[in-house]
Amino acid sequence: MADAFTSFTLPNGMRVMLKEIHTVPLISHWMWYRVGSRHELPGQTGISHWVEHMQFKGTDLFPAGVLDKAISRDGGFWNAMTYLDWTAYYETLPAEHIELALQLESDRMINSHFDLEEVESERTVIISELEGGKNSPVQRLSEAVQEKCFDLHPYRNEVIGSEQDLRSIQRDDLYQYYRRHYSPNNAVLAIAGDFDTAAMRTLVEQYFADIPPYTFEEHTLPVEAPLQGAREVDVQGPGDTAYLQVAYRAPRGADRDFFALLLLDSILSGPTSLNLFSAGITNKTSRLYQRLVRSRQAVSVYGGLSATLDPYLYDVLITLHPQSDFETVLTAFDEEVKRLQDEFVPQEELERAVKQQRAMLAYGNENITNQAFWMGFAEMYASYEDWYGNLIAVLESITPADLRRVARQYLDPEQRVVGRYIPDHSQVAQAEDDSDE
Amino acid sequence: MNDLLEQYRSLPSSTDIHRSALSNGITVLMRPNRNSAAVSLAGYLSAGSLFDPMEKLGLADFTAQALKYGTANYTFQQIYDLLESCGANLGYSASIHNTNFSGRCLSEDLPLLLELLRESLTQPTFPDEEVGMLKDQLLTSLQIRAQDTRAMAANTFDQLLYGSHVYGLPTEGELETVQQITPQDLRDFHNAHYGPRGMVIAVTGDINIPAVLTLLETTLGGWLNPDQSAEALLAVPSGPRTGERRHITIPGKYQTDLVMGTLGPARTADDYLKAVLGNNILGQFGLMGRIGDVVRDQAGLAYHASTSLHATSLCGAWEVHAGVNPANLEQAIELIRKELDRFRTIPVYPEELADSKANLIGGLPVSLESNAGVAYLLLRIERFDLGLDYLHDFIRTMQSITAEHILAAARRYLDLDRLVIASAGPPLVKN
Repeated sequence: MADAFTSFTLPNGMRVMLKEIHTVPLISHWMWYRVGSRHELPGQTGISHWVEHMQFKGTDLFPAGVLDKAISRDGGFWNAMTYLDWTAYYETLPAEHIELALQLESDRMINSHFDLEEVESERTVIISELEGGKNSPVQRLSEAVQEKCFDLHPYRNEVIGSEQDLRSIQRDDLYQYYRRHYSPNNAVLAIAGDFDTAAMRTLVEQYFADIPPYTFEEHTLPVEAPLQGAREVDVQGPGDTAYLQVAYRAPRGADRDFFALLLLDSILSGPTSLNLFSAGITNKTSRLYQRLVRSRQAVSVYGGLSATLDPYLYDVLITLHPQSDFETVLTAFDEEVKRLQDEFVPQEELERAVKQQRAMLAYGNENITNQAFWMGFAEMYASYEDWYGNLIAVLESITPADLRRVARQYLDPEQRVVGRYIPDHSQVAQAEDDSDE
Repeated sequence: MNDLLEQYRSLPSSTDIHRSALSNGITVLMRPNRNSAAVSLAGYLSAGSLFDPMEKLGLADFTAQALKYGTANYTFQQIYDLLESCGANLGYSASIHNTNFSGRCLSEDLPLLLELLRESLTQPTFPDEEVGMLKDQLLTSLQIRAQDTRAMAANTFDQLLYGSHVYGLPTEGELETVQQITPQDLRDFHNAHYGPRGMVIAVTGDINIPAVLTLLETTLGGWLNPDQSAEALLAVPSGPRTGERRHITIPGKYQTDLVMGTLGPARTADDYLKAVLGNNILGQFGLMGRIGDVVRDQAGLAYHASTSLHATSLCGAWEVHAGVNPANLEQAIELIRKELDRFRTIPVYPEELADSKANLIGGLPVSLESNAGVAYLLLRIERFDLGLDYLHDFIRTMQSITAEHILAAARRYLDLDRLVIASAGPPLVKN
């Protein structure tokens, strides 16, 4: 499934993946760094994401205000994202302009300014981003559940960081963090699109081969013990809608059990799309939708599973029906999970889950940007060739017995966190009119 | 210019777009993409929320969403078993003028997708039990909307901008109006407004045009509804006479969402593309254009601050959006107002003009790389009568636009004496 691609490692340690696709005259260029909130120390939560913001603030070659225009001028789009384990920057451009992306990313790998004034301006921008997220009841519940799921591992922290840390992190903290983690030996470059591989390799070497590697000793991550006993967390806030979230520790992305859990998730709550630039499909035949929504105990149910470097979370978020209650819904949820633990999933149901994943991958492959995404994303956890290339074959090899074992191993009611968003119905929205002047 | 057109020869044009009509008049547009393993379809018919009775606002959208909840030949369960078993999607929603649909599937499953499209469009039964379940979901989503600062600011903006015009009403309705809607209302709405007249369908991706045409004729070509209502004629919204401002206080929130703006050009107006180019400079280019530069980069007031242009065949709205800390709301409004004033007073700079032209023209292949992106382009071409060579015309027109054209469009539409300001979030901070 991982169509022909070329991979190599530069002498400075940078991994490069090139995939020719000649369907449209576009190229997508992704630079991945192995740094995310997982690498943050106490007191510096959110620093990975803040560094990502600062990477848009200029170098000598592309000063602030020039950088952002350079890609747009050529008809491209670009952005960046920070997650638990990685930070990624991408540019998708008309093929004839792709050299700009290589020039830009090689430049900001080592030459970003981190100007003090820009740091302070961005501090308030990021706090604004944090406040926007806190407006959402689901976000507030998810944050509380995530924190409750881990005692020591940085996966307990939000990628955006805590407001306290965002107010205390200083310019030099950011710059040191950048120097430490942004180096070719900590990066994967993935390029897909309308190019000739030999010519692109020459360009990659031209822009990246001379950047020296930087070696640092990674701090040792605390060992997170399995959850001992079920945990609960309640969040109270405005609104009329109650939400229930149930979270379990999940296997790491490279673990074969991850794929079994992916199918289990399809069967239980509907298929999760691993594509970044292509939506998923509906979940109305999933067991939890049938059990909870069709019986009017809930109005929606969604599962969530992410590939991560260390064991992270599998969670199910349920929006309660106004006439229902937490206990009734949780009891029904538990019965459905127990059914997966006690009985074999029928082969037909398993095959449907596999076909859903196959269809979603096909939709994602319409998009050059998504294809480049997959190469770098898979390399963050495993090998693209093995992980993505064998994805469908691995899914097809999973048996009903695998699913039952995984349901028993990971969906343990004694090793989970149950979160409840309890709405405060007393707070009502009101309009205030003003004259214009 | 010819070199530029040659550079974009791979874009959809009259050379590879198929357009025809089924025997009942449904317009069909297709463009194959044999590099894909999937098919996308999209379309619309003239059954929008403009037909909603005031006491039952949300009826068109409710009807659209209930189409797959049971038909003459399939139950809810059977429809979703068929769709989800092959990883396909089929969705409906209403907008003001139309009911819209979209779907996608692996190419081997297109006959199934079209069969379910036919069933749900032409023979829905709106079973009481299923409609009741959907109604609960819609009512909950309206409760969630009431807590969503961005949605509430947007709705309030529409109310202030369009007043009593149907454009000022929420397509999804209100709690009390959706509460009134019965299964029989859905059946009546379907009988009165769904039919082949005015319907358009676009199919893109891994398709064989003659084979798909035959399939479409078989599935949809025989559909007739002699009772289908005539298209409604709407007055052109006049907009507010003076500036208006309203804040929706939603307790317990942390950030205020802000929408400011005025009426904009209709999609078919001569100066529409001039406004599009100006809008790119004002609030899109790079990291959200001039507005992003002033509000986010220079003042650090917001994570997002950008502009958008929405247009129908009647008129449009030219909007600025931002999310700010409640304490910074007045400052953000003043910065935006000053920027709008500058935009309508001083011509854009030559470099800005060249940059945004390059951005909008150069970005065409990116926006059209997916099958769905092409399908939606085909629908826009049909709806606004843009011509099958629209993209080539777009490139030519963009190249001809001057700074003076943009200034004229800005002065015509961005009338600061009639500026609408809507916000939603924590209580206003009194300075």
